[in-house]
Amino acid sequence: MLLKHTPKEITERKALMINPAKTCQPIGAMYAALGIKGCLPHSHGSQGCCAYHRSTLTRHYKEPISAATSSFTEGASVFGGQANLLQAINNIFTVYAPEVIAVHTTCLSETIGDDLPQIFDKAIKEQKVPEGKTVLGANTPSYVGSHVTGFSNMVKSMANLAEKSGKKNGKVNIIPGWVEPCDMEEIKRLAAMVGVKITMFPDTSGVLNGPLTGEYKMFPDAGTSIKDIKASGDAIGTLALGEWCSADAARLLDTKCKVPCSVLDMPFGLQATDRFVDALRKVSGTTVPDEVAAERGQLVDLISDMHQYFYHKKVAIFGDPDQLIALTEFLVSIDMCPIHIVTGTPGKKFERRIKEITKDMPYKVNVKAAGDMFLLHQWIKNEPVDVLIGNTYGKYIARDEDIPLVRWGFPILDRQGHQYFPTVGYKGGIRLLEKILGVLLDRLDRDNTEEKFELVY
Amino acid sequence: MGKAQKLVQWSPTDIKAKMLEKYPPKVARKRSKQILINEAMENTTPEITANVRTIPGIITMRGCTYAGCKGVIMGPTSDIVNLVHGPIGCSFYAWLTRRNQSSYTGENNENFITYCMSTDMQDSDIIFGGEKKLAAAIQEAYDLFHPKGIAVFATCPVGLIGDDIHAVAKKMKEKFGDCNVFAFSCEGYKGVSQSAGHHIANNQVFTHLVGKSTTEKTDKYKINLLGEYNIGGDGFEIDRILKKCGITNIATFSGNSTYDQFASANQADLSCVMCHRSINYVADMLETKYGIPWIKVNFIGAEATAKSLRKIATYFGDQDLIDKVEAVIAEEMPAVDAAVKDVLPRTTGKTAMIFVGGSRAHHYQELFKEMGMKTISAGYEFAHRDDYEGRQIIPDLKVDADSRNIEEIEVEPDPVLFKPRKTEAEIEALEKAGFAFKDYEGIIPDMEKDTLIVDDLNQYEAEKLVELMKPDLFCAGIKEKFSIQKLGIPMKQLHSYDSGGPYAGFVGAINFYNEIDRLVNSRVWSYMKAPWQENPELSATYVWE
Repeated sequence: MLLKHTPKEITERKALMINPAKTCQPIGAMYAALGIKGCLPHSHGSQGCCAYHRSTLTRHYKEPISAATSSFTEGASVFGGQANLLQAINNIFTVYAPEVIAVHTTCLSETIGDDLPQIFDKAIKEQKVPEGKTVLGANTPSYVGSHVTGFSNMVKSMANLAEKSGKKNGKVNIIPGWVEPCDMEEIKRLAAMVGVKITMFPDTSGVLNGPLTGEYKMFPDAGTSIKDIKASGDAIGTLALGEWCSADAARLLDTKCKVPCSVLDMPFGLQATDRFVDALRKVSGTTVPDEVAAERGQLVDLISDMHQYFYHKKVAIFGDPDQLIALTEFLVSIDMCPIHIVTGTPGKKFERRIKEITKDMPYKVNVKAAGDMFLLHQWIKNEPVDVLIGNTYGKYIARDEDIPLVRWGFPILDRQGHQYFPTVGYKGGIRLLEKILGVLLDRLDRDNTEEKFELVY
Repeated sequence: MGKAQKLVQWSPTDIKAKMLEKYPPKVARKRSKQILINEAMENTTPEITANVRTIPGIITMRGCTYAGCKGVIMGPTSDIVNLVHGPIGCSFYAWLTRRNQSSYTGENNENFITYCMSTDMQDSDIIFGGEKKLAAAIQEAYDLFHPKGIAVFATCPVGLIGDDIHAVAKKMKEKFGDCNVFAFSCEGYKGVSQSAGHHIANNQVFTHLVGKSTTEKTDKYKINLLGEYNIGGDGFEIDRILKKCGITNIATFSGNSTYDQFASANQADLSCVMCHRSINYVADMLETKYGIPWIKVNFIGAEATAKSLRKIATYFGDQDLIDKVEAVIAEEMPAVDAAVKDVLPRTTGKTAMIFVGGSRAHHYQELFKEMGMKTISAGYEFAHRDDYEGRQIIPDLKVDADSRNIEEIEVEPDPVLFKPRKTEAEIEALEKAGFAFKDYEGIIPDMEKDTLIVDDLNQYEAEKLVELMKPDLFCAGIKEKFSIQKLGIPMKQLHSYDSGGPYAGFVGAINFYNEIDRLVNSRVWSYMKAPWQENPELSATYVWE
């Protein structure tokens, strides 16, 4: 047993976090910054954080993740990191020549209280920022929230660049939240099908799922340009996907530039995608074409074809709040029963929302925000499930308890595909169900006796 | 670049100049001292600058002190609960990401490696201090797991807010009575790299664990294997060979290690150092306090493995052991020879670059030599000058301001347990026969003239080196892997082994030959360009002709 020290009996823990279902802010900020065109993320802290965040993102995407760091020493940690950041800005623009440096902080620089805007001012005054280049920053203290909070904070500081010219540009802003590059592509495809002109930020498609060509471009020709981000202040509206990931940025655009916003669930599954497409149509005044309805119909068709295998199957899920809310709704909508739900990210709203979505389900639901996978495992020991859905760390529970695992979320360190095949939208819903069905039917094939072994399902 | 013409000749001076060209003057001056063109010098070794602070914004490969302490040294230990005092990230990122394998599986063994434990500090802990929460977390870990030991690790904010983790550990240890609780002040900002973390871990392991066991080890030929972390099962392979030779490994620091192994390390009669950088402090302290001499060994490469085994046998000087070692080498080598003979036609003459932590950039050159491959450039992330130039320069080393606060502990001969393993005459006789105690010659003398040795290589320089020298293989870590491969150059991770291994010992050598053959000769590197990109001009023929 890999997690043999996990007891079935649950005791209350107040101080010890075991096997977290979250990580810390800066990695989210780094991921968001990679969705800006020509941007080098910069970690203002000691260099270990930056190395860890780059490594984790690299292991997930199997792609180069470039980011620089202020490389604090003990001296800087006591007397402030201004000199380090100024040097870094100068070195980065000289050696790597990005269009943008997006700075985030760590628990180190936050604890000592480094003032980013003041340091940026000084960098500009000292002409360390070349003409036409951008330096932006977000405070991302690791001891508040989670990686999702860090993502949200960086997206918010992107929105803070927005300017209002007084003339609307007829576009809709989409803030996709922390989804895969292929999901961002799929969201753009859906918007294009509905005939909506959009500005999406951040956009990591083409940055974190690039080709192998014999050339390495630290800054691929992808991501959202600073020009487009600035112009988001002239949009007719903003659709923010995910309360935790995207709402802060959208609300800032509203207060700062009077761009009205709707905060929607992330478009995972049938109903959340329905609401997203409907919102697109309404905000832009377009008609949804039949092709989109056909894709939707294919998803409904799959649900009806395979409903017997989904019906009342118990599921345990863990991950990030926006994703889990949409997934829970999707599972409930096809009569699966998510009974154990854990996010490491704090937020009481999460528990309320999950309880509301699952209120008519025939089983009792365990849900916890700011929980951990140790607790999830204990719940599973007390009330077993048929499927586990979550990131790669779930494989330890899956093996110990002999539960099929569907890898979904962040990070996925041991499989490919997640960076190429979306799980948002109707197409993504089909893929997600295909993955769930795959593990359920593989299990049936493994467990059925030879007499009961079936050719056709 | 996959099909680009190889440069037949390159001048190291030109390459170095090109690497520095783009830098601001101050950066160029500094980097110039960390990029060394290897020269054959009489009696001395060329001098490099190492173990100095990282240049901000340069995109270093380095990590931090916490990583060196918790991630590297303490991470592989199975039956000690590792509790990270800090916000969640540090603990999360070091969770199962280094491939230290453990044989302590099964219901009756304790193994906490699969768990990630943290005090998950919140803003209130930063404001009001985290000592109470730490004490409560230690209590909860004790109540849940009843481990022999709980190790507490500090992260960046802990030092800044002034939490006294050692006092908390001491208090809890006294409270429990049957659980050793001790702490590591390995805040990420200390020192300039992982290296400071090694030193901090060495000090605390030596102080709190070594010598604590009362069980007497009565086996013959007792050694400690220092600085071997069982990545991909390396330690398993080395242990297999040692066992076959009749050599007893008392303690590995720290691959597949246990509390009791550390606690018994004082009972060995010889310490064998693999990774000099990370563990030489313990080697020295074991010698001073208990009288255990140490030698440098290397189990990477079949020849190096044989050589190291012979060294151990010579040390013990017992003919039975010497014969047994020779018999084992004779038994193991035919398979190695067959494997190398198979790959040689496809690997001979190929070139490699190696940029890894603090020891592998040297060790792996042995394997490449065996495959007829040449290492044209190498370097470390965080090694010190002695790892480059050899230990003879240690007296000249100056500790700079950034590393001055790393604690040096004073160790004295143990009044009861100190026991010289060899008489002075025996030591002298061994030395006369060419046996070098407490010696490591470093990477530089082992590399050919005109090769480039680069300390703390960064992203820009890595790309430049590859562009200018066009190696057939680049070895480094996960952060470097995919940018190098985008250039069409095969990239081998020598931290994680790309999920492969073991690469140590005889079996490891065979694994490595086959892996490198697969990698450098894979067809994929010929697919960089589509047919229409290779011949973009339309010619007057039709495709169906």
